[in-house]
Amino acid sequence: MANLSVNIHKLNLKNPVLTASGTFGYGEEFDDFIDVNALGGILVKATTSKHREGNPYPRMAETPMGMLNAVGLQNKGVDYFVESIYPKLLKYSNCIIANVSDSTVEGYVEVAAKMNKLEHISAIELNISCPNVKEGGMAFGTSCPSATAVTRAVREVYDKTLIVKLSPNVTSIVEIAQAVEAAGADAVSLINTLLGMAIDAEKRKPVLSTITGGLSGPAIKPVALRMVWQVARAVKIPVIGIGGITTATDAIEFLLAGASAIQVGTANFIDPQATTKIIKGIEDYLERHQISDVNQLIGGLIS
Amino acid sequence: MKKHILDFRVISNQPLNDNHNLLELECNEAMPQMLAGQFAEVRIDGSPTTYLRRPFSIHRVDYAKNTMHLLIKSVGDGTRSLANIETGNSVNIMLPLGNGFPISENSEVLLVGGGCGVAPLWYLAEQLNKSDNKVTMLIGGRSAKDILLADEYSRFGKVLIATEDGSHGETGMVTAHSVFRSEKLPFSAIYCCGPDGMMKAISHIAEKQNIPCFVSLENTMACGIGACLCCVVDTHQGNRCVCTEGPVFNSKELKGWSAETEVGCSIDR
Repeated sequence: MANLSVNIHKLNLKNPVLTASGTFGYGEEFDDFIDVNALGGILVKATTSKHREGNPYPRMAETPMGMLNAVGLQNKGVDYFVESIYPKLLKYSNCIIANVSDSTVEGYVEVAAKMNKLEHISAIELNISCPNVKEGGMAFGTSCPSATAVTRAVREVYDKTLIVKLSPNVTSIVEIAQAVEAAGADAVSLINTLLGMAIDAEKRKPVLSTITGGLSGPAIKPVALRMVWQVARAVKIPVIGIGGITTATDAIEFLLAGASAIQVGTANFIDPQATTKIIKGIEDYLERHQISDVNQLIGGLIS
Repeated sequence: MKKHILDFRVISNQPLNDNHNLLELECNEAMPQMLAGQFAEVRIDGSPTTYLRRPFSIHRVDYAKNTMHLLIKSVGDGTRSLANIETGNSVNIMLPLGNGFPISENSEVLLVGGGCGVAPLWYLAEQLNKSDNKVTMLIGGRSAKDILLADEYSRFGKVLIATEDGSHGETGMVTAHSVFRSEKLPFSAIYCCGPDGMMKAISHIAEKQNIPCFVSLENTMACGIGACLCCVVDTHQGNRCVCTEGPVFNSKELKGWSAETEVGCSIDR
């Protein structure tokens, strides 16, 4: 059987299939449907320094081949995570990655420092790209100086693998990627959601309570694929591809574009078994193409 | 309760009026146990504009026949596509999801349904009936054609009807029905499903008489399993997922549902 394992900095993943933060809860929501340990790893829901109630309802609007969300980082804060959620994650033996967000650099640093002490959290993904919070989030990820500042500050307190999740809502995602690489990131993941809007024409009102929200799902896949391809050529650190991945073919396209691993997001909502089906599909592809190692696909476009 | 993803086959598709259909679905495997008030997330395969699953209350369950019924109201492309499904087709369904109604025993209870809000009340009435409760069912709608399945419910107890235009039963909204005129209502619990305004008004009546009122909410949702946090409702304990911590709530848990807040009440709105 072909080798499926890939490396992201110090992380050795048993396969390149991860879950996107905010679409997989804390893993246990999916225990009834799949063996969560079969995944390369899981990215749990974003954690902030303080409890956040998130945005008011309505937080979601279905759109053609996707959806907008405006959840707004609802979570109970890092101390609750350490006390009550982390112990429950210990039942998983695969790679657990915490997604870290906040509204201030000090907040990011506080969460990262607390995550650094948790043995079973093998990496953090710095979320500088959430479009659904008034302060922080995407604001950090849309300019090189602020992306650099938060990455550098977190790097000082975090010893393990530091992934930075990039926003597509920028003029040049390559420049941001290079900035966070220079500031000490060990990998980048992209893309977070695209800023969008939905309007109810009958009511003449925006659908979301926040007016705008983050677009995800297959609708954004071509944009994500293009950005992954651009960034993978421009940085030396590994790239994790995210954006509308629903099938094994989608996942393979991202690997060919240069991603070393991928995250499955919105597809989890329609099919909680999407991740394990994608792993099986990648195996089938490798066998069909007589490729012995999935790493041969990474950046493997034929010119 | 363990959640499942199962394929069902459409046994029958019965139109009830111009925008409601009753689907009978046979499970390809042994159907899991379900509680009254729980719901199912149905994948919509035949509609190119529909991306997410659609949630529906579990309407009836027949373990002997290995079938269940779903009551479908056509609202948009997804529900319309499901309402048009032909007998013999396959439907992918995730269930059972959410909590259920608490089932009282050996007491007198009132069930109130507005429009397609009667959907979870059939299975509930059956369960309440089995637990030796005296069941009264109050069904409301704009007009006689909006009163769904009233005859079916009579097997579980007394059925009362209210229509806004007076074409069936008492004239007016369910909340103005004469059953509520008593100073001391005989019910030990009220179960309610329908438009928010109606449920709020019923919960006020219940609150005034110190009767617990259980309401089934229907927020737009994506995952149905507590992963996306999109379907939240504001409660006295903060935001709660309707999909996993509901859809059934004691109305007292819900913020803004107490009697002080102003409410309107109209069916189907």
